[in-house]
Amino acid sequence: MTNVAEKLDARGLNCPLPILRTRKAINNLGSGDVLEVVSSDPGSVKDMASFCEQTGNRLISSNESGDGYVFLIEKA
Amino acid sequence: MSTIAENMQGTARMDAWLDKKLDELLPKKLEEIDAQKTPSMSIIATKGTLDWAYPPFILASTAAALGWDTSIFFTFYGLLLLKKKISADVSPLGNPAMPMKMPFGPQWFQDFEWPMPNILMAGVPGFEKVATGLMKKTFKNKGVATVEELRELCIEADVKMVACQMTVDVFGFDASEFIPEVTDFVGATTFLPIAQKSDVSLFI
Repeated sequence: MTNVAEKLDARGLNCPLPILRTRKAINNLGSGDVLEVVSSDPGSVKDMASFCEQTGNRLISSNESGDGYVFLIEKA
Repeated sequence: MSTIAENMQGTARMDAWLDKKLDELLPKKLEEIDAQKTPSMSIIATKGTLDWAYPPFILASTAAALGWDTSIFFTFYGLLLLKKKISADVSPLGNPAMPMKMPFGPQWFQDFEWPMPNILMAGVPGFEKVATGLMKKTFKNKGVATVEELRELCIEADVKMVACQMTVDVFGFDASEFIPEVTDFVGATTFLPIAQKSDVSLFI
């Protein structure tokens, strides 16, 4: 069970805010910490994958749940 | 004499060997160098209406979020986006692509596209203010950031924002009217080399 260091609620926010908030939140974490992001923006699915690929952070999981899209990102 | 011939033969063989080695190694080396390089983006922002204010800030803040080296050169009406208080309006007049939908009321009402004759848009005083207000409300409803917020995010993400000295002079602006985060007042001569080196160069 991954230990989530911080949760970010980005629901109700549209591009590019989910990514920008994620970047800010990740900057505050230490290497290896996990950030959980929940977003209601369907575009954020591809955006999160792209963000992780570009910045070297690891996208542990990307799921769709009742509240929206849930992402687990591990800071590089 | 024979030694010269031998030397030439040896050099030719070495050249062939070197050529083959380079073919093998060079693509991989270039790929490694490319992967290490930080992507960069330069934007020339020339417009100051609300609909044109979003693209430079959204693109720059997103690029910066991805870790790119980003700079924006504000010129002409783009300078209005550097003012301490951004008062960017939008007019549907001359903007036939702008969808005219109301950001309030029941969904069927919101989905309706209102036909607007130019004579109405040009003749009714205060029409721009109404259109601007409606657009801002639409964006707020959809959870899109305001231009001010996006600009703030750009500043936080270390996007370099420079102003065009020439148009500052031409339009009679004073440096004190702009936000203090503007790093420089330069000309095209200074910005073009930056644009040349960047991976993505956009004119907005």
